[in-house]
Amino acid sequence: MSRFLVLTLNGLTQGAIYAAMALALVMIWRATRIINFAQGAMAMFTTYLALFAVDHGAPYWAGFVVALSSGLLLGAIVERVIVRPVETAPPLNVVILTLGLLLFLEALAPMAFGGQIRSFPPAFSIVGLHLGNSQVAFSPFDAFTLGSVLAVMVLLLLLFQKTNLGLRMRASAFNPEVSRLLGIRVGRMLTLGWALASLVGALAGVLIAPSLLLYPTFMDQVLVFGFTGAVLGGLDSAVGAVVGGLLIGFALSFVGGYLGSDLETVGALVILIAVLMVRPRGLFSLQRLRQV
Amino acid sequence: MVAAQSRIDRLVRPTLSRHLLLALGAAVLLLLLSTQIGAYDDYNLTAVAIFAIAAAGLNLLTGVNGQLSLGHGALMAIGAYTASLLLKDHPLPVVVVLLVAVLSSGLTGIVFGYAAARLRGPYLAGATLTLAVALPQVATRYKSIFGGEEGLTVPPTSPPAWLGADFPPERWLAWIALAAAVVTMVLLANLLRSPVGRAFKAVRDNEAAAALAGIDVARTQVLAFVISAACAGLAGALFAYWSGVTAPAGFGLSLSLQLITAIVIGGLGSLAGAVWGSVVLVFVPQLTSGMASSLNVPSSIANNLPLAIYGGILVIAMLVAPHGIQGAFRRILTIGRARWGHTPAGGQKGVVDWDDPASDT
Repeated sequence: MSRFLVLTLNGLTQGAIYAAMALALVMIWRATRIINFAQGAMAMFTTYLALFAVDHGAPYWAGFVVALSSGLLLGAIVERVIVRPVETAPPLNVVILTLGLLLFLEALAPMAFGGQIRSFPPAFSIVGLHLGNSQVAFSPFDAFTLGSVLAVMVLLLLLFQKTNLGLRMRASAFNPEVSRLLGIRVGRMLTLGWALASLVGALAGVLIAPSLLLYPTFMDQVLVFGFTGAVLGGLDSAVGAVVGGLLIGFALSFVGGYLGSDLETVGALVILIAVLMVRPRGLFSLQRLRQV
Repeated sequence: MVAAQSRIDRLVRPTLSRHLLLALGAAVLLLLLSTQIGAYDDYNLTAVAIFAIAAAGLNLLTGVNGQLSLGHGALMAIGAYTASLLLKDHPLPVVVVLLVAVLSSGLTGIVFGYAAARLRGPYLAGATLTLAVALPQVATRYKSIFGGEEGLTVPPTSPPAWLGADFPPERWLAWIALAAAVVTMVLLANLLRSPVGRAFKAVRDNEAAAALAGIDVARTQVLAFVISAACAGLAGALFAYWSGVTAPAGFGLSLSLQLITAIVIGGLGSLAGAVWGSVVLVFVPQLTSGMASSLNVPSSIANNLPLAIYGGILVIAMLVAPHGIQGAFRRILTIGRARWGHTPAGGQKGVVDWDDPASDT
């Protein structure tokens, strides 16, 4: 099997995770104009909760449900308790606020669950599938990763485009004042938006944990690459987030495979800068370009 | 009496002489302080001075010019590696090393500045964040030059002979760092009150209006980036002396995030805020780890409690003191003045000053 195909498949699965992270960041950015730097730490925490459930005898799928539902809950709590009071504060203050939350959660996790590095069980086998006589570098778990990220994206798309609730959420993000006048409970929509985004983040956490191992800062790099992907695609576009995340996944895989793994992030940086120089607001931006 | 008053006025009114007087006072105080404290506190004082230089530069870029950089640790790394590479074979004097570090990071700043001038808000944040993660990897990749993960060792600066044979080297380094910090602060304070500084603020507040007023927006942004990078480079070179080793792990993402935290906690857009923020950065973790170790709790909790408290402090500080420490000071001063029947000094009517929370819009 050619090296190129291996790297492509690897890039696709990695990219799906970064796409999920990027999507979570974009959902929150569109709803509240906040970059949630605590997104990765929140996902780390919910993954620990899932492992906690598995440790106490629960089957994998129960842990999976624990991660997603606690993600939903954590997102709602963070929005209501921490983010709501700073809605009108300068943007940098909110950045520091989410950084503070990140540090807090990364310190809280080892206090609650112990600081040692843990392995996380995958849902399916991580041994490559057999196609005919040859083994391909694509395992059932990789297929599950891709499938579940895809499923969540389709569900979100249906929610936002086809349901009344989705319309109300989009309206609150687009123009809170008018939405309020039309009788939409904007506050509730924002809470729901954060909760859903946090659920997508939690999914990314559970899916990447088997290959990265679980420790308090394990989601930091996923957050950085997810953010890079979101910026690459354009922060105002959900499609952009997914495409950007996948592109970063491919870029890291190819640069790592052909040039050496220690140049991965340099490659991501070069691609990001190159794209932003041509399109300063990401690939899928619709707004006018700024001039220098 | 009146004549004496006007003589003081003449000395204090002009910006340059006021700043020089303030700097002289600060230098004398810090000199006295450094001789009264032990080697460990000298070491901490050096750290505060280093962070203050980097934070002041970042505050110029982010607070005054409105460009958010989450990758300033990478620019510090450029200064630190420049210093370490210079000192690898030749024992050069400190001043030369610092100046070359400032030059090299300033030149790097031109490149990044041009890229940054095209980007806004979260896009600039994303690009600089990736820079902060990517640059340390270059050092790991080119081991023969940058020493890989282990990094490069930096020989300490020995105090000159005229200070005596048993002069503590920690205090000598503290003096160098403090002198560099005071010089940086005077230069930046003058810059902020010059036409260039006003152009920085104008671009931050409204790019279109600034351009209409004849300000070259892109060039102003690049200039802010270059000055900011030069400050980061100076801080980085001092950091190399301070830590004795320049390794990629020292310039990770957390350094960049610490710097941005320092300027927001201290007070965005003010030089004093950068100093307060650096004091918080150096001493709060020490305080909290002291507190945690004095509690009788299991080590898994005691080891992580400082970070949890620090994170909690950041969240609470942003909720209760959105303008940082310097903003809180100003507010207290304004309230005090109003109570004593004085009108608040400074600031023209109708002019919105970002530095002044009282005139917030």
